[in-house]
Amino acid sequence: MTIVAETTSSATELTMAAALNRALRDALADDERVLVFGEDVGRLGGVFRVTDGLADQFGEARVFDTPLAESGIVGTAIGMAMNGLRPVVEMQFDAFAYPAFEQVTSHLAKMRNRTHGHVQLPIVIRIPYGGGIGGVEHHCDSSEVYYAHTPGLRVVTPADAADAYSLLRQSIESPDPVVFLEPKRRYWNKQQVVPSRGDDLGRALVRRGGTDVTLIAYGGPVATALDAAEAAEQEGRSVEVIDLRSLAPFDDETVCASVRRTGRAVVVHEASGFCGYGAEVAAQISEQCFHYLEAPVLRVTGLDIPYPPPQLENHHLPSVDRILDTIDRLQWDESRPAED
Amino acid sequence: MPSRTAATQAGTAAQGLLPTDVPISLIDADARACSDDDWKMPDELRLLKLYRGMVLGRRFDSQATALTKQGRLAVYPSARGQEASEIGAVLALRPHDWLFPTYRDSVAITARGVDPVEVLTLLRGSWHCGYDPYEHRVAPQCTPLATSALHAVGLAQAARMKGEDTVVLVMLGDGATSEGDTSEALNIAAVWNAPVVFFVQNNGYAISVPLAKQTAAPSLAHRGIGFGLPGLRVDGNDAAAVHACVSRAIERASAGGGPTLIESMTYRIEAHTNADDATRYRDQHEVEQWLARDPITRLRRYLLDRKLLDESKIDALDAEADTAAAQLRERMNADVPADPDELFKDVYAEPTTALRRQRAMIDAECRAGAA
Ligand SMILES: Cc1ncc(C[n+]2csc(CCOP(=O)(O)OP(=O)(O)O)c2C)c(N)n1
Ligand SMILES: [Mg+2]
Repeated sequence: MTIVAETTSSATELTMAAALNRALRDALADDERVLVFGEDVGRLGGVFRVTDGLADQFGEARVFDTPLAESGIVGTAIGMAMNGLRPVVEMQFDAFAYPAFEQVTSHLAKMRNRTHGHVQLPIVIRIPYGGGIGGVEHHCDSSEVYYAHTPGLRVVTPADAADAYSLLRQSIESPDPVVFLEPKRRYWNKQQVVPSRGDDLGRALVRRGGTDVTLIAYGGPVATALDAAEAAEQEGRSVEVIDLRSLAPFDDETVCASVRRTGRAVVVHEASGFCGYGAEVAAQISEQCFHYLEAPVLRVTGLDIPYPPPQLENHHLPSVDRILDTIDRLQWDESRPAED
Repeated sequence: MPSRTAATQAGTAAQGLLPTDVPISLIDADARACSDDDWKMPDELRLLKLYRGMVLGRRFDSQATALTKQGRLAVYPSARGQEASEIGAVLALRPHDWLFPTYRDSVAITARGVDPVEVLTLLRGSWHCGYDPYEHRVAPQCTPLATSALHAVGLAQAARMKGEDTVVLVMLGDGATSEGDTSEALNIAAVWNAPVVFFVQNNGYAISVPLAKQTAAPSLAHRGIGFGLPGLRVDGNDAAAVHACVSRAIERASAGGGPTLIESMTYRIEAHTNADDATRYRDQHEVEQWLARDPITRLRRYLLDRKLLDESKIDALDAEADTAAAQLRERMNADVPADPDELFKDVYAEPTTALRRQRAMIDAECRAGAA
């Protein structure tokens, strides 16, 4: 388990987008090998303004717009990394990263392995992902499992501004390629941020302590899970909330230690449930904590449908109520062993 | 309606981007020197190097094919008949340049100096890329078609950013030009003015599919103009011409002139790989016509006619090639056990907990198997 508290005086209130911007700025300033490129990331500062002002500060040679070609962006980043640079590239939206999928899975993920470690690719692919912002089709996908299923990639997703800063800095410094998934609907959430790098890439974080049940979430739904934990507290249930932060590798240690204490677990994510990340978490828990479980591991996930249109997305996204209902179904009244 | 100035500008920009009507050729199929005012014949020393490279390359290639029959290689895609393209191009590279080859280009890679056993590691199946790409500046052989074209552009652009004089030569097949990554790479290279040479070996087929089903362009070299880079078309069985074209493209890129697309017109004499049956889709008559245009015979005749080569030198070179092939055979026949520990070493910089557990499981299985 990793403890958050790191106190310095220079806390600033930042949105997640601003914290990411700050992380890029500091990385560009600290390491001249770092480059930022993608679609509209230069003068415009990105469609979500995450790269705002960077081209002005660091010049077009280090922060630049590319032709509209996602495979081209990742493919050329690979060549640049082979030649000693550290590209941080932006995919404009989740679903628009798919043209780069072959470069990611066939090359980015495999290069270290296929060359016996001779070639390493310290590249970060930043992808705004997920829904909850009223986006029309192709702008709201939760594509994390495509990447998490691919050995060789790290998959990282922050849930708040402070983590956005620290995890992005660590991702840029990582010798492994990182798919960095930014939950769009949290871009504008403000928080006091101490811009510190940290040293916990790959570790989950216990966001809230509790004794009765463990909620496991990541990215956008972490805040929903925390709200649900708060509401459950009113109803007399003590809920622990774990923010995974790193989907690959998976921090089974933190998750399993918690579930062994609480005996109950619910995984929450907005991606579809079938073959979703929650299936992996549930499997790991049942493999490693079976004798501690008071109830089956349950999941609260998006529906098994293409991402719905804005007016219907509330049905798809895990809500506080659905999480509370699911917690209620964790066999509280039945005696062990709970089997049916 | 577009303005007259805009039209004139477009016309000026297009100048020099189209290939010549007839492929560039310096030594014709009958081994005669062709007069071409635009292109200079490589000097004697170069021509002899090209000849030697092709002889060694072909012997290596036939040895590799033989190794598939003995079960020592899982598969081998032969470059027989394409030696002028393979060698003519790769010998144009300077030491600090990079080569991005495909699965078909083992001959070029060995000519670049990579140990042939390391080259064949992939096809032997003991690992993926068997050589250190940085040692000879040769990227891993690329199988997902055209994907390496983008890596080439990125590496070349990074070199420019770092102020290094490095040109990148990326090899592609005719079929690979239909892939989206080829278009993205040509476009980005042109926009960035990256020091890249796109070298397309048009060997007539993508496995079984002939070029006519691949493109409606007048030639593959014509595709350059649409992206704003010059396209050259060269007789790919003429080592001298290939060498001259690639050398000039490298000079141009090195001087800041940007990328060039070269279509090298050649022919795949063997089937796609040893596992393919080419009689299902092409006529033996066609193969025979191309055998008559053999690149090695052609350069040998040219050199013999000019007394730059004699029978004893030819025999000595053939003997050198045989010795290299025998050594290769011997080394490939040695059983080098693949180490399962390697499976986990380079997935991430540090093995994850999950990988450490899986390694322990494999170790236990191996110990149980050995016991
Ligand atoms: C993306 C992709 N699609 C399909 C294949 C399977 N494949 C391997 S080689 C080949 C033909 C390629 O032809 P060409 O580019 O002309 O090269 P050649 O084999 O003639 O050298 C195909 C279809 C592949 N390797 N990669
Ligand atoms: Mg071909």
